[in-house]
Amino acid sequence: MSTNRLMAWLLGCVAITLLLTFGSLVIGTSSVETSLGWILSPDAQSSVVLWQIRLPRSVGAWFAGALLGLAGAIAQGVFRNPLAEPYLLGTASGAALGVTIILVAADASIGGLTWASKLGVTGAACLGAGGATLLTISLSRGVLQTRSLLLSGVVVAFLLSAITQLLLLAKPEIWRSMQSFLFGSTGFISWSSAGLLGAVFCLCVVPAALLSRGLDALTLGEDTAQSLGLSLPALRLTLLGIVSLATAAAVGEVGVVGFVGLVAPHLVRETLNVNHRQLLIGAPLCGGALLQAADLASRWLIRPAELPVGAITACLGGSYLVYLLWRRSRNA
Amino acid sequence: MREALTSGVAAATSPALSCEGLCVGYGSRVVLEGISLAIPPASWTSVIGPNGCGKSTLLRALAGLEPARAGAIFLQARRLNAWPRRERARRLAWLSQTAPVTDLTASEVVSLGRFAHSGWLAHRQADDDAAMHRAMTATGSLAWASRRLSTLSGGERQRVHLARVLAVEASVLLLDEPTTHLDPPHQEDVARLLRDQALRCGVSVVSAIHDLSLALTADRVIVLGHSGVVGHGTVREALAGDWLSAAFETRVNIVEHQGVHLWRPALEAPARLSIEP
Repeated sequence: MSTNRLMAWLLGCVAITLLLTFGSLVIGTSSVETSLGWILSPDAQSSVVLWQIRLPRSVGAWFAGALLGLAGAIAQGVFRNPLAEPYLLGTASGAALGVTIILVAADASIGGLTWASKLGVTGAACLGAGGATLLTISLSRGVLQTRSLLLSGVVVAFLLSAITQLLLLAKPEIWRSMQSFLFGSTGFISWSSAGLLGAVFCLCVVPAALLSRGLDALTLGEDTAQSLGLSLPALRLTLLGIVSLATAAAVGEVGVVGFVGLVAPHLVRETLNVNHRQLLIGAPLCGGALLQAADLASRWLIRPAELPVGAITACLGGSYLVYLLWRRSRNA
Repeated sequence: MREALTSGVAAATSPALSCEGLCVGYGSRVVLEGISLAIPPASWTSVIGPNGCGKSTLLRALAGLEPARAGAIFLQARRLNAWPRRERARRLAWLSQTAPVTDLTASEVVSLGRFAHSGWLAHRQADDDAAMHRAMTATGSLAWASRRLSTLSGGERQRVHLARVLAVEASVLLLDEPTTHLDPPHQEDVARLLRDQALRCGVSVVSAIHDLSLALTADRVIVLGHSGVVGHGTVREALAGDWLSAAFETRVNIVEHQGVHLWRPALEAPARLSIEP
C-alpha cells in the first residue's frame, strides 16, 4: 500500500465532499440558476436560505454520515465480522423508543411536558440509544463474549421495538411525527445540531484512531491479541463506548439512517488495502460523503417535495452490497 | 553452565518459567491436573504427547490465556498474573496453533509483535525496526513484507507469524506447532532457528511439534500422556525411560542414527488397527 495512493484517495474524498457541499447549496426548491444568482449577489433572504438552512443541513449530514461510518468500521473490527454495523447493540430501537416516549408525553400534555420539551427529541434519542447499549452489555454480562453480545443486541432490539409498536398502537396520532425519525431525515439540521455532531465526531475519532493498533491486533484473534499485551476487556469496552456514543448522536439528529455504517467501511476496503488506522480515517470520509450525496438526492429526485434520506441510503447501500455479492460469486 | 543444562541438572539455576500443581479444564472436563514443571533458561523443550492430551492447553495456560483452577505459574520467579500486562508480554510470547489470516501486510503483522515495546501510538523506534528486520530475515519472510497475509500460502503465513513472535524478543517463547504447513526444508530451518534462539540468544523455547524426529532434536522434552506428565527431562532420559511408548500407549520406535534420533514407523509390528483382507 503506497502512501501516494492513500493520499490520492483521501484527497479524492475531500474533493467529492466539497463538490457535494457546493451542490447542496445550489440545489433546493428554487432553481439552480436562482441559487447561483443568490451566491453571486446575496441579499438578506437568500443568505438565510443558503447559510442558515442549506449549509448546516449539508455539513450536519456529513458529520452524521461520518459518525456512522466510524461506528461501523469500529463495530466490524471489534466483532471481527464484515456484516457488523453500528445498530448492532440495539441503539436504533433504543433511540426510537426514546423518541416515542417523548412524543407520547408531549402529545398527552401531561405534567411531563416541560421536561419533555427541555430534553427534546435529540436528547431522548441519545438517552434511548445509550440505555439500549447498557442493557445489551449487562444482558451479556460484559463485553468479552462476542456471541452473547450479538444475541443480547438482537433481543434488546426486538424488545424495545415491541414496546415502541405498543405505544404507537395506543397513540396512533404520533405516528406521522415518528415517520421522519424512523426513515431518517436530514431536513431538521440546524447549525447547533451540526455543531453538536461535529463535536461528538472529534470526541470519537481521536480515541478511535489511537486505539487502531488494538483493532489490528484483534484481526489475529482474541488470544493472540491478548498475548501481545493488550487488555481485551478495556479495549472492547472503550471501543463499544465510542460506537454507542457516535451512533446515539447520529441517530438523535438524523434518525435511523440505515446502511451507511455498513457500507462505508466496505467501500474503503474495496478501494484500498488498509490497516485500521487508515480505515478509521477513510470510513468516516466515505460515510460523510455518502450521506451528503443521499441528502442531495433526497431533495433533488422529486423536487420540490423530499424523499426520506434513509430510504435513499437503503437503496444505494443495498444495491452496493448486492453488487459486492454478485462480483464475489463471479470471481469465485 | 551450558554443561549443567545439557546434562539435565538444570534445577540448580532458577527456571525461566515454571508451574506448580497446575490444574486447567474446560467446563466439567479437567484437561491438566497437578502439573509441575520447570523450564530452564537458554533451552529448547519439546512438548510431546498424543492428540488431545493437553499440549495446547498446557502452552495456553503457561501463556496466561487459560485460567488455572489450581496451582501457580511463575515467570522469572514472579507469579505470572502479578506481572503488568505489557511487561509480561515483553518477556513471554505465544504462537497459536492456527496461523490467523488477516488483511494486514506481513510487516504490519510483525510490527504488532512490538506492541508490548512501542505501545499504542505505534511510533516505531530504531530498535523496533531492527528487531522486526532480524525476525523477518531469520524466518525468511522479508521478501513478502508488503504483501497482505490473506494473499500468502499457509506456510508463508506461518513464517510471518513466527517472525512476529521472534520480534517480541521475549526470553520465553511458547510455540504451538510452529512447523505446521511448512515443507521439510523449512521445518528444518525452523528447528535450527529455535536451537539458535536457545543456545545463542539465551531464550527458553517450548514448542509442541507433531513430527517426532523433529521434536527430538530439542534439548529437553516434556512428555504428556492422557493422565498427566509422563516425564520431563533431557531427550536421552526420555529415550532411556521409554517415556514415548508410555505416553502414546503403544510401541514407539526411535532409532539412533549418527547421533540423531529418528522415529521409524514400524509397519511390520502388530498394528492396533488391522485391515482384514
